[in-house]
Order: sequence, then structure tokens, then C-alpha cells
Amino acid sequence: MRLFFALLTGVVFGLGIAISGMIDPAKVLNFFDVAGTWDPSLAFVMGGAVTVTFTGYRLVWRRSAPIYAARFDLPTNTAIDARLIGGSALFGIGWGIAGFCAGAAIPALGTGRWEVALFLAAVMAGFVLRRFIDAMLQARALA
Amino acid sequence: METAFTPFTSFGGGMLIGLSAVMLMLGLGRIFGATGILSGLMFFEDRTELSWRVALAVGMVLSSGLIFLVSGELPQIDIPVSPTMIVIGGVIVGLGSSFGSGCTSGHGVCGLSRLSLRSMVAVPTFMLTAAITVFIIRHVIGG
Repeated sequence: MRLFFALLTGVVFGLGIAISGMIDPAKVLNFFDVAGTWDPSLAFVMGGAVTVTFTGYRLVWRRSAPIYAARFDLPTNTAIDARLIGGSALFGIGWGIAGFCAGAAIPALGTGRWEVALFLAAVMAGFVLRRFIDAMLQARALA
Repeated sequence: METAFTPFTSFGGGMLIGLSAVMLMLGLGRIFGATGILSGLMFFEDRTELSWRVALAVGMVLSSGLIFLVSGELPQIDIPVSPTMIVIGGVIVGLGSSFGSGCTSGHGVCGLSRLSLRSMVAVPTFMLTAAITVFIIRHVIGG
């Protein structure tokens, strides 16, 4: 049941990504192109998503625990540091270059376009690269 | 390339994205972050942590097929960038979202809904760098 629920959650997310237009890089890039072919639609995606999540989270948190887990597992890190700001800045640059982010690309994989698989492979290479950089920094700090 | 302004379907699709975030909190007590889900498929500590992410990712990919079954066509995707840009952008997206611990779904939808201070810093940061990147590519270099 736990896995079926996760599957269903993924389907709902993917439907939202497709219906909202987030799945289409042309639309995503136009959202950022205020000086050109601007399409403000994605602000409405964010508005719809945050409205439901903000309200829904508060209702869910009235429970003592989730249905299929022992407890709610929320991020505890509160540091506003260079990793957060630099990482977010980099993420935005990549998003602006490719027009995809991970959340839009995974559902887009279902359309069978090879560029989507290429993008996701590159993102995964980025994850590996980050681990490699961290390992190097750590080795340097110890030396 | 122009894209149509779609405030209603975008808001509706956004509400579905929000619903999926609420479902994941209700069912498994987790934040819906596409970066975390994707990297969790590569680096995981135990099998129960892997299984729900696989189910979620499969559901995300299946959603496009579901749309095809209902409407007879796949979601529309236009990729206005070259494969080289897809790869460069993808690696930077992976690197940045990994350093910044989140992306559009994790920081954008879930983090803002939790009123997380880190997300309130991350979201304007990546929105701004994405807009600057698109401006430079389309109007400075491409101008």
C-alpha cells in the first residue's frame, strides 16, 4: 500500500507538471524572458501549488504521524550559508540554460524525447560531481 | 518563440502539484523534492528509502502515458535549446541543486509552504539567476 500510495503521488505530480505547462521548456524559458517573449503562466503554477501545499501541510500536521511512516521527516538545517546561496544561484543558471529542472524532466521522460534523458543523465552527473568536489574539499581540509 | 499565456490551466496544474506534495507528507511524512528523489535513486542507505522513491519516479513518468490514454496526445514539449546546452545546463542544475539542497519543488513549493527561511533565500536567488541567464543568452549573446 505504501508503494502504491507513492506511485499515485508521482502520477498526481506528473499530471500537475504536464497540465500546468511546467513540462515545456519553451514555456519555462519564456517565464524568465521578461524582456522578450514573456509568458507569466508559471507564476500561476507556483501560486496554485503553494496555496494547496501551505493549507494541506497544516491539516496533515494535525496528525501525530504520517500513514505509512513512524514520523514526519522534515529538514532541520537552518543555516543560510554559501552552499545554500551559491548552490541556488548555480541551479538557476542551469535552469535558465536548459529550460528543464528535475521535477519537470522526470514526467517529461514519459513523452519519449531523447533530450529529456540526456538532461537527466547530465543532472545525475552533476550530483556525482558535487560529491567529488566535497570529497576533494574535505581531503584538503584534513591535509 | 511565443507561448500562450495559460493562467487557469497553470493554476489548476499547480494545485495538482501542491496536492501531490500534501499526499507525500500525509503518506510518508516527506518533503516532495525532485532533486532529493532523483539523487535518492543513486545514493541510498537502505532499501525502504529506495523503494518509495522508485515508485514515485515511476508514477511521475507514467503520468505522460495516462495523459496520452485520456486525450490521445502526449503533453506538448518544445525544446528551444541545443543538446550541448541541455548537457551544460543539466550538469549545472545537478551541481547547484545538490549544493543548495533543493530546487523548484523542494524549496519552491514545499519550502515556501513550510515558511522555511532557507527556502525564502533559495527561491528568489535561483529565480533571479535564471532570469539573468535567459536575458544574457537571448538578448546579450543572441541579441
